[in-house]
Amino acid sequence: MIANYGYEDGSGFYYITIDGQACAACADRACVAACPRRVYAVEADDYDDLVAIVVEDARKRLRELCAECKGQNGDGGAKHTLPCTSACLAGALRHSW
Amino acid sequence: MAEQGEYWRWSETSWEDSTVDWRGASAVTAGVDVGSVSSQAVLLADGRLLSFFSTRTGSSSPDSALRAFRGAGEPLGLTMDDVGYCVGTGYGRVNVPFAQRTITEIACHARGANFMAGPSVRTILDMGGQDCKVIRCDERGKVLNFIMNDKCAAGTGRGMEVIADVLSVPIEEIGRRSFEIDDEPPPVSNVCTVFAKSEATALLRAGWSVERVLAAYCAAMAQRVAGLIERMQVEREFFITGGIGKNVGVTRRIEQLIGVEAIKLPTGTVLDPQIAGALGAALFAHSLYRKESRDS
Repeated sequence: MIANYGYEDGSGFYYITIDGQACAACADRACVAACPRRVYAVEADDYDDLVAIVVEDARKRLRELCAECKGQNGDGGAKHTLPCTSACLAGALRHSW
Repeated sequence: MAEQGEYWRWSETSWEDSTVDWRGASAVTAGVDVGSVSSQAVLLADGRLLSFFSTRTGSSSPDSALRAFRGAGEPLGLTMDDVGYCVGTGYGRVNVPFAQRTITEIACHARGANFMAGPSVRTILDMGGQDCKVIRCDERGKVLNFIMNDKCAAGTGRGMEVIADVLSVPIEEIGRRSFEIDDEPPPVSNVCTVFAKSEATALLRAGWSVERVLAAYCAAMAQRVAGLIERMQVEREFFITGGIGKNVGVTRRIEQLIGVEAIKLPTGTVLDPQIAGALGAALFAHSLYRKESRDS
């Protein structure tokens, strides 16, 4: 299951996409520890697969919560690599903005 | 029927099949969907639809869940003790005290839509009370992909309720009356529930008819939802669930924007797009009951 967590408002489209099939095959789930704002957790989905999710409290605040990491990547930063997507060796994580 | 000043008030619905001998069934299972605006309960006897009830969600989710369950069970003389397994879903799913398990409304709407509209359904639009979801599923009603927007009430049932009150039009008449116009007006510029209210008032003052304002609001709501659908790329067949699924003013305009016609339930069917979540939950409850019976 591909899950798109986030929202759209007047300022833009802020979604984190998690590919559940790729995520379920990963044993590390390093994204959870990599995120300084605790955006991710691991939970059993509706079909009992253990996958990373974006926690409920973060889903409507992604622009604000991810700003710190995204800000570091501007103007000669780390070439748009984020701690969460870098830690996800399964390539299951994607940000829409 | 709307009482004076309560144009938003939609009719509670109930249905039961009193020809089914539920006492002779091996299991009665229940699905209870506590949404932000409405709550539904669906009862199945051995996987066959037995009854349902749809009511307005109150300030207490457990009370709303109980009221929905009683509405579905009492006409049949059925109580909580008669239910083998119950699944809670919806915004208030963790507050269904008698549920053995909770499952997200995303999975439940997909399963309910699969039951209601058939296994050819691949894209589901659920227009709920305070959110909007687009779900892609397989032929068994298993979710493959989903996206939702619950950041604001634009494009949702709550927004439509506000417009019903502002324009003094019973909510169940909005869809039909929005087509009583000579030409399609441009959508209102604000779908935001708060600003749409003042924009609607301003349009009336400018001489627009109530029907023209309704058309402009339905068009704006359809436009907003169509954007979310297009991000997911609609795959046929397409089905609309949730309360707004009953508003033709919005659904027909969505169909025009995305160029795909939604599956319509047959005329005279007892099924209601608003119960899709609770129905899916009841179907999950049936599967889980059978699985636990086999394992024990």
